[in-house]
Amino acid sequence: MGNTELKNIIGSWSENLTFVEEGSEFLIVEVPANELRDIAEKLKTNKDTAFDYLFSLTGVDYGTELGIVYHIESTTHNHMIVMKVKTEDRETPNFDTVTDIWAAAYFNESEAYDLFGIKFNGHKNLRRIFLDDDWKGWPLRKDYVDEFNMLTR
Amino acid sequence: MEKTRITMGVDVKNMETELGNEFPGNVIPAANGGNIVVTKLDAAINWGRKHSLWSLYFGTSCCAIEMMQTGAPRHDYSRFGFEVARVTPRQADLIIIAGTITVKMAPVLRRLYDQMAEPKYVIAMGACAVSGGPFYFNSYSVVRGADHVIPVDVYVPGCPPRPESLLDAMFELQNKITEESMAHRVNNNPIDGFDEGTTK
Repeated sequence: MGNTELKNIIGSWSENLTFVEEGSEFLIVEVPANELRDIAEKLKTNKDTAFDYLFSLTGVDYGTELGIVYHIESTTHNHMIVMKVKTEDRETPNFDTVTDIWAAAYFNESEAYDLFGIKFNGHKNLRRIFLDDDWKGWPLRKDYVDEFNMLTR
Repeated sequence: MEKTRITMGVDVKNMETELGNEFPGNVIPAANGGNIVVTKLDAAINWGRKHSLWSLYFGTSCCAIEMMQTGAPRHDYSRFGFEVARVTPRQADLIIIAGTITVKMAPVLRRLYDQMAEPKYVIAMGACAVSGGPFYFNSYSVVRGADHVIPVDVYVPGCPPRPESLLDAMFELQNKITEESMAHRVNNNPIDGFDEGTTK
């Protein structure tokens, strides 16, 4: 299915979605945080979209906002989409988990928590997976400071 | 024969003198037809030691590929006494630190080093092991140089260094061993008094 058809189908589900055209290969849809689970579930269960394979889940620090970028593929229809979700809350950034929809998110969400401090409601074992358990701070955030280990220029 | 010889970065003609491969002592013919060897204990021990350096497999990133290539048939460091690589520090004389040392890996490297039997040697291979390399700035996770963790004997620059560079570093290490003295080594663990740079 082409990007235009995908846009029409997904756009009809909710009024709060924004589609970003960046001249990129994939269709990019920005989802408000409170509708994330709803849209994710529809993306998987709807027969025309049938996105059954999450191949990337990344945390992003936009400077003022924190967000997650999901790359999802359908193995039956062979099409892909990028789903983005953002929040301005840098103290307690919080999204719903998608681990029960795509199990692949299990470790990726832990990674986003590890490096960006983004929490996922409903994730069963959210923990630091790369860094030491007693690590302080979230090192991939733009405002991360470590005066001893990090030389900045 | 001479024309088709592939030397792979080693000057074979001058190798004997370059590496000091000559027998470490004088052979004096005795009257009864036998021979008497006169040498220094240091020279004889170092001679054996430098030609039987077994390295530990310690490849933490892409430099390990070049290290493997140096051991593979084309360059083949076995020719010079680095006979095999071992997977256990108990059987190794040498760590070739081939790759980035992260904050999480540093205690592991230190423990491996401590588990090795004396005498032990360290080659820091590549920019990351020498100084942190491309991760010197703005990295929260990389140790800026393996010499913050263990004492290093020979540094090899490069990103990654070519096998010839690593071979040259190995020869440098052999030259260093040649000049060693047992008297100096006794009760002198290289880790004693080692400055890890943990105090700012």
